[in-house]
Amino acid sequence: MTLTTREARKTLRWSVIAGLVMVFTSAVGMMESFDDRLIIYPVLSLGYLMLFWIVPLAGFQATHLPRLEGIEPPGKGLSNVLIGALTGLGAGVILAVFVVVADRFDLREVFVSISPRLVRLLTFEDTLPGGLLATVLIPTLLGTAGGAFHLLRDNLGRRLVLALEWVLVVAILEGVVAQILRQIRLDALGERIYTQRALEWFAAVALFLAILPIPASRTGTNQVERIRQRLFSIDPAQRIRNSVVSAVVILVFLILLPQLLGSLLSEVLANVGLFLIMGLGLNIVVGLAGMLDLGYVAFFAVGAYTVAVLTSSLSPRFAPELSWWLALPVALLVSALSGVMIGTPVIRMRGDYLAIVTLGFGEIIRILFLSDWLSPIFGGAQGILDIPGIPLGVTRVSGISPESILYFAFAFVLIAAWVSWSLQHSRIGRAWNALREDETVAAAMGVNTVRAKLDAFIVGAILAGGAGALFAAKLGSVFPSSFELLVSIIILVVVIVGGMGNIVGVAVGAVVLIGILGGPNVPGLMAEFAEFKLLIYGALLIFMMLRRPEGLIPARARYRELHADEADQDAWLDKSIHPIQSRPSSSETTAEPDC
Amino acid sequence: MALLEIRDLHLSFGGLQALAGVDFEVNENEIVSVIGPNGAGKTSLFNAITGLYRPDQGDIVFGGHSLMGLEPSEITRAGIARTFQNVRLFPNMTVLENVMVAQHCRTHSGPFRAVLRTPSMRREEAHIEAVAKEILAFFGSRLVGYRFDQPAHSLSYANRRRLEMARAMATQPRLILLDEPVAGMNPNETGELARLIHRLRDHLGLTVVVVEHDMGVVREVSDRVVVLDHGIRIAEGTFEEVAATDEVIEAYLGQPATPT
Repeated sequence: MTLTTREARKTLRWSVIAGLVMVFTSAVGMMESFDDRLIIYPVLSLGYLMLFWIVPLAGFQATHLPRLEGIEPPGKGLSNVLIGALTGLGAGVILAVFVVVADRFDLREVFVSISPRLVRLLTFEDTLPGGLLATVLIPTLLGTAGGAFHLLRDNLGRRLVLALEWVLVVAILEGVVAQILRQIRLDALGERIYTQRALEWFAAVALFLAILPIPASRTGTNQVERIRQRLFSIDPAQRIRNSVVSAVVILVFLILLPQLLGSLLSEVLANVGLFLIMGLGLNIVVGLAGMLDLGYVAFFAVGAYTVAVLTSSLSPRFAPELSWWLALPVALLVSALSGVMIGTPVIRMRGDYLAIVTLGFGEIIRILFLSDWLSPIFGGAQGILDIPGIPLGVTRVSGISPESILYFAFAFVLIAAWVSWSLQHSRIGRAWNALREDETVAAAMGVNTVRAKLDAFIVGAILAGGAGALFAAKLGSVFPSSFELLVSIIILVVVIVGGMGNIVGVAVGAVVLIGILGGPNVPGLMAEFAEFKLLIYGALLIFMMLRRPEGLIPARARYRELHADEADQDAWLDKSIHPIQSRPSSSETTAEPDC
Repeated sequence: MALLEIRDLHLSFGGLQALAGVDFEVNENEIVSVIGPNGAGKTSLFNAITGLYRPDQGDIVFGGHSLMGLEPSEITRAGIARTFQNVRLFPNMTVLENVMVAQHCRTHSGPFRAVLRTPSMRREEAHIEAVAKEILAFFGSRLVGYRFDQPAHSLSYANRRRLEMARAMATQPRLILLDEPVAGMNPNETGELARLIHRLRDHLGLTVVVVEHDMGVVREVSDRVVVLDHGIRIAEGTFEEVAATDEVIEAYLGQPATPT
């Protein structure tokens, strides 16, 4: 059996990619620092998972051919397995070379993480010549498995992956699962299946076998679209009844959830909520109106500081010690005003210029709060302490009980989502859309561009201000360091990764990034990743830009923008399949003789 | 009184004189064609009228009020709508949304009412949608039904031109400026469009100014023709009159060889 040049090139490319990813993971220290965290007891540590996950994927990709419309898919056979094995072998050799180099030369002056321990880990605690065999052999096997994956019938393959994903999720998110089990009084089960924070191997096998028979339906946007279509095909009265029922269910779920989660997870989820509110606000500015605002954190800071000054007893000069409920509308108003103040001068700029200028304004606001000049009011670097939280009847809600803060976060998120949705589906939302698509034409069609952009800025500022007000009450103190540029960028990443222009997308982005990885200054579920958070953010952003620029859950308009060709092709195919509903192709000239 | 008066309009880009003192009037309910060779300043004239370019000198008076210094959106609100020579729709918005957004300057609901979903806002939304569908129905069956929800970029070229006209009509103008409406269309479609321009005036009471290169269309639709060359008006009158003018023939065909 011989490989064509094309296949050889692809094999080489993927083995180099996989090999370099493994070397990189080892060299930055991920391998070493995650090795202590077992995820499946006693066989698999998070370190090895982080090291090897790429190999089966590369083996799969190296022999993966895109399915083209109207072309018979090429036969699958032993060549898939062979290419997978070669890819794995190549990757293993690259890793082995790295191990030898790391063993022979002391590179620790430059790469602090390339230590003797790393070499031991990569050779599976064996002596060097024998250990190297394992270093090469294991990637080869994994690559073979990746290639062999093509031979499975589609459905079985998808089910295997789904089951594997579930096992890994349950294993990695041990904290969450154990906590939920504790809350529903199943501590015994929790203690049985987890050892040293890792899933017992028999539990992993059992879970895998339990999930395997579940038919994996196609997930993703197709599924969302299908549900939407089914929803709209049922009659309106039924639909209203359904949505009322589901609203009640969701509400009850939201009320019970904090009790179920316990304080640690509630804390994480409350942080997700804060970032989600800001994400929704930024989504209006960037996703709908198309203005790249890199200084969005400024409005968050303004909201937080307004509440801090108005409610804290320790606010330096001016301390009216108002109730949070009175401070909130003031905070929203002040945020809106700052939206006008920052918005007015920058609004006539477009694209990159706008991004740079808003970036500057964001920093200016933070530096003002930090400055000696304003420290009599805002406390400078010491910030403002002793913010009393939210008075509610006889109690006071603050960060000490994350469960109760979570209720406020839910309420704020629901309001923010409603605001986004209703604005998106209104006259002003259409104007923003038009503005994003073609500003000149929007103006010529009667949209007051300055006014519409300012509206977007103000709405975004108000939402961020609300998040800030909640943040101040939750934390009980505010410092300038909470409002760094990084926060703006992370919110933007949440919006981009989730799906710009889409409310559900932003929610998914916030849960995935802030909830699992953790945001700036806030831990996520996978606290182990804290050190490598920004690295993973960056990698994820690059991957998304290359492979799925419309985000995880894209807005329909954005999807069209980025996939216009495919959409047109689909339309053309639809037309040839359903000739009755004949849609004109782009070359239509005489198709409509009735004119 | 004339609906639109252009008085001594000058517009230059650096050293290039795009408009060098253009004068003409358009009366209510008239169809006027502006013709001229490439680079004569026709599109520049449209851009100056709609506020996309700022003229250096001169005045544009619409319905008795000067348009000088107004923003493009204010000019649209005053009652002038336009189409673009190189069709400029909002490609990723649906057909219906394209027409709905153009009613922006005729409607009022702001962010507050949108968030509160007040009855007046909902009524206005329903009205906007109804008007949009009505306008699209003006073009027969081409832009209605399942096409409402299709993205504008999926339309055929001719339908894009039609949609652009629908969008212009949705701003509820008194005067509509059409920039080469039949460019790139086949004879069938061209004939249909000429009839459509008549319908704009006869059924909707609009005043129309057309920039067009297709002389068949110009002859068919125009009450009056204005000829521009090098940024100045070189002739004005009925099609037959201007077609017989020496300056026009010269502008299009060049100077006859003079026997010496």
